[in-house]
Amino acid sequence: MLIRHAPDLTENDVTPKDIYVRRREIMAAGIGFGLGLAGTAAQAAQVTGKLSARRTFWTNETPTDLEAVTGYNNFYEFGTDKLEPVKYASALTTRPWTVKLDGDCAKPQTVDIETLLKGALEERIYRLRCVEGWSMVIPWIGIPLAEVIKRAEPLSKAKYVAFETALRPKEMRGVSDRILQWPYVEGLRMDEAMNPLALLAVGLYGDLLPNQNGAPIRLVVPWKYGFKSIKSIVRISFTTREPPTSWNRYAPREYGFYSNVNPQVDHPRWSQASERRIGEFKRRPTLMFNGYADNVAHLYAGMDLKKYY
Amino acid sequence: MKAKRGFTPDIALICGLCLLPVLWLVWRFFQNDLGVNPIETVVRQLGVWGLRLLVLGLALTPLARLLRQGWLIRWRRPIGLFAFGYVTLHLLSYVVIDQYFDWAQIWSDILKRPYITFGMAAFVLLIQLALTSFNAAIRRLGGVGWRNLHRLIYVIVPLGALHYFLLVKADKTMPMVYAAIIAVLLGWRVWEWARKKV
Ligand code: HEM
Repeated sequence: MLIRHAPDLTENDVTPKDIYVRRREIMAAGIGFGLGLAGTAAQAAQVTGKLSARRTFWTNETPTDLEAVTGYNNFYEFGTDKLEPVKYASALTTRPWTVKLDGDCAKPQTVDIETLLKGALEERIYRLRCVEGWSMVIPWIGIPLAEVIKRAEPLSKAKYVAFETALRPKEMRGVSDRILQWPYVEGLRMDEAMNPLALLAVGLYGDLLPNQNGAPIRLVVPWKYGFKSIKSIVRISFTTREPPTSWNRYAPREYGFYSNVNPQVDHPRWSQASERRIGEFKRRPTLMFNGYADNVAHLYAGMDLKKYY
Repeated sequence: MKAKRGFTPDIALICGLCLLPVLWLVWRFFQNDLGVNPIETVVRQLGVWGLRLLVLGLALTPLARLLRQGWLIRWRRPIGLFAFGYVTLHLLSYVVIDQYFDWAQIWSDILKRPYITFGMAAFVLLIQLALTSFNAAIRRLGGVGWRNLHRLIYVIVPLGALHYFLLVKADKTMPMVYAAIIAVLLGWRVWEWARKKV
């Protein structure tokens, strides 16, 4: 079997001229989609729209249409159907917005979203693999999670990082359904959180995050299934013990704490061996750690990934 | 009054109505209106219409009895056959556009994924009913034989609903609604049967 796998690139891998050429390639690919998608291609071209960012990590795969990225979302706070968040997430007030850093750290603090937006922003083009078997390629803009963590100076006993989504029953029509226990919570091991790939995204496609994608600030951990990338974060806590995570609480046998993308470990109800890239016809094979093994495999050396799924 | 036979206007109307969902899908395909994940949309729409028609078919006998409109029974056959048609297209859409003839994956799905296993079981049983839904087959089987065979539908429809229940990720509301309707329709039969026995 032939698996075409272009390596992901960092700033160090290319000369400035390369960056320019690759951008052109991506723009051309966007336009090549043809019919009816011209508007999207134009969006793709303005890599730095309202937010200016330095592109520091990317794949040469064609980014998924903006329309799909912002119109097909799992954000259960706004309904369980993937078409609901785009309709109802506009009710969420995203300013003012602060993120509380607390728990086992030397400098607990509250960070204002505006402060984070003023920092040095990076653009990262990542693959996103949903546990349901579909995937996208998304140009995120954000700040490395590690930078925000360092502000709080976690203590050495802090082994985990816990995340929490806002809970606003008046603005989130989905939370009246007790499908998941609210607020949505997620967690990472400290070394996972400090990995350079882990990003706190504040934008996509050159602009601020749309609400349905987790505005104003969300996690992006591209080597894990999408639900780990918690949206609309209000709190980041440092803990000594493994924090609870929403989907694990809902169905522990189906969704583990780690939930790394792994084609060899199936979801109990469906196969994870392949995925449908949104916009493509044929399924493509799913890659170990969603293709980021070079960056993250060392975090799991010696671990039985069938047990720690 | 002589019982009506053949392709009467009401049957033609039923057939026309049953064709609407698939025509609607074809229309949306050409309008490029099947959404971000068109393949998922097609597979799911065909599946859900298969289930709806199966449930509708199951509702006709109680309806005919309660409303004292015996002629409604004649709608069972076209509705049942259209249900089979939708389920067949549903299966084909899974094999062709979802898995693209990846037989190894399809086979392991059938064996390993309970929701596919139950769906497949329902489909295999349904084939026999579709093949015996013609006058010649009914004559060959004889009334009692035919009726006994077609009681399989009491297994098939719950299997279809179970298939649906198992595949939904978290929001089980709709599968539960179907399960409740099916429970009422089958419960009515048990009740009738018990009533006649005493
Ligand atoms: C009597 C037989 C069947 C019935 C009534 C039925 C019904 C359904 C229903 C109601 C859905 C969900 C639609 C929705 O979410 O809106 C569905 C989905 C699905 N069915 Fe079936 N089905 C049957 C047989 C089969 C068979 C034989 C297969 C394949 C071997 C199959 C494969 C699937 C798949 C792959 C999905 C979509 C899962 C997803 O998108 O996540 N079904 N079916």
